[in-house]
Amino acid sequence: MPNHQPPLTLPEADRAAAAPPPLAAWRAQFPVLSQQIHGHALAYLDNAATTHMPLAVMEAMRRFETHERANIHRGVHTLSQRATDAFEQARATLKRFIGADAGHELVFTSGTTESLNLVAQGLWGAGPGQAWLRPGDRIISTGLEHHANLVPWQHAARMSGAELVVLRPDAQGRLQQDALAALLTPRTRVLAITASANATGERPPYEAMLAMARQAGALTVLDAAQAVGHGMPALSALACDFMAFSGHKMYGPMGIGVLAGRRDALERLHPLRLGGDMVEDVSYERAIYAALPARLEGGTPNVAGAVGLAAAATFIDRIGRAAIDGHLHALRAQAVAGLSALPGVTVLAPHATQAALVSFVADQVHPHDIGTLLDERGIAVRTGHHCAQPLHDHFGLGPTTRASFALYNSAEEVERLIAAVARALEMLR
Amino acid sequence: MSSAENDLYQEVVLEHKRAPRNFGHLPQPTHQAQGTNPSCGDRVAVELLLDGERVQDIRFSGQGCAICMASSSMMTEAVKGRDIAAAQALQQHFRAVLTGEEDPDEAPLGKLVSLAGVRQYPSRIKCALLGWHALMHAIAGQQDAGGTEESLP
Repeated sequence: MPNHQPPLTLPEADRAAAAPPPLAAWRAQFPVLSQQIHGHALAYLDNAATTHMPLAVMEAMRRFETHERANIHRGVHTLSQRATDAFEQARATLKRFIGADAGHELVFTSGTTESLNLVAQGLWGAGPGQAWLRPGDRIISTGLEHHANLVPWQHAARMSGAELVVLRPDAQGRLQQDALAALLTPRTRVLAITASANATGERPPYEAMLAMARQAGALTVLDAAQAVGHGMPALSALACDFMAFSGHKMYGPMGIGVLAGRRDALERLHPLRLGGDMVEDVSYERAIYAALPARLEGGTPNVAGAVGLAAAATFIDRIGRAAIDGHLHALRAQAVAGLSALPGVTVLAPHATQAALVSFVADQVHPHDIGTLLDERGIAVRTGHHCAQPLHDHFGLGPTTRASFALYNSAEEVERLIAAVARALEMLR
Repeated sequence: MSSAENDLYQEVVLEHKRAPRNFGHLPQPTHQAQGTNPSCGDRVAVELLLDGERVQDIRFSGQGCAICMASSSMMTEAVKGRDIAAAQALQQHFRAVLTGEEDPDEAPLGKLVSLAGVRQYPSRIKCALLGWHALMHAIAGQQDAGGTEESLP
């Protein structure tokens, strides 16, 4: 079974969507969905914030906790060895899942936010004269980023004396390659970019942009939180030095995530967490840090989380990313068509057909009111600025309502969404 | 009809949302402050013309959800022409009702009692208090009220 599908071309997506997905079998894996909210069947459409976990993931974690739980890398007893094996097996599974090669390493973190902070702080944390970032260097982030891929870079710029430049999207919310080219200078040391914008679903041409930045001598950082559970190129095919993602947005547990990347790039990072399990040799005066990946994994890790995350990757690969994406793209298209047809509704990034989410604004109606009225009908959506406040300021549209889809969502749920939004608009205007 | 449609979005609330009272700016406010809701970026600014201890005039501006706009609108009606102490007392009663510390039937809220349903929706309480937060900070002479989070239980 291939671990990677190339980015879907339209005919492939059409084919995947044409064969009806075995939705009942998929849904049966997610018992949390079988509940009533305010007397209605739950329609959980907040998957860009957190997806639910299938039974296979929960069972893998339960098995670990009931048979293998112990601290890792330090005991000589049997359980410690089992736990160490489970942790390292999870690492190997996830490396395969993202298409890492021998030049890559994978570090467990608590999630995308920690991963991105580990990179940003790791590039200034070694201090003046030692750190990758120096005064006068340039860091480029983009206007599509989640706060987790912006705020750490603002701080890194302050601490290192580098300048942070934001690649602004155009009026439609797209990132343009020539605009990036105009920002790249010989002093550009970092490009930090999203693979899929959580607020709009925009998919920037990140493959080309990562390559451009690497060509210019920068280290490249990819926020894959919204992309990793979907069709995306193998890590080995990208000019990507650091890739960050979370477990809980890909059918895995909360509190576990990954920073993967090129070994030589990861070795440049000053560790965020100093202490046990990340050292080779320690005296009262000094410490020699361990090699990767332990170097960046100080303290006792979330081993059950890593086991669960690997089980989630296996779950996704068993169903197949093309089958999942075909289903999600059809739901998104249905939602865009239905919502756009409502009076005074504007869908953001309608061109982002590969997205698994739809964000919209409605004239004279605030997302919080829509969100409350949808919840009354059992429909869970996200409202607000989705941790991307500058992007919303850029559009000048204010906060949005976002519905985001996972493989267990149905066309019927999308119909309920559209009908409930229509009713809310009617009532509130 | 859902209970939100009955309890939260009463007709008087929607009517204030559609046509907010005292919306806009004062030519020469003596006091003003702004409140921000960090979850959506909504901002409400309050401008006051204080004459001694009396709220001679008031305006509010900004954008927010129906609950926020209706609450701010009713607030301006309720405190205009009254003493600062009365405005502060009303704020305390309103807040106590929303946080469940006071029975809405016993609190002297007037028209604001139509917003008592908000107490069933904890994630919306800060929407209802945003304008009040700005008002209290304007009275206290603080320009930026900041978020509403720190004042909630």
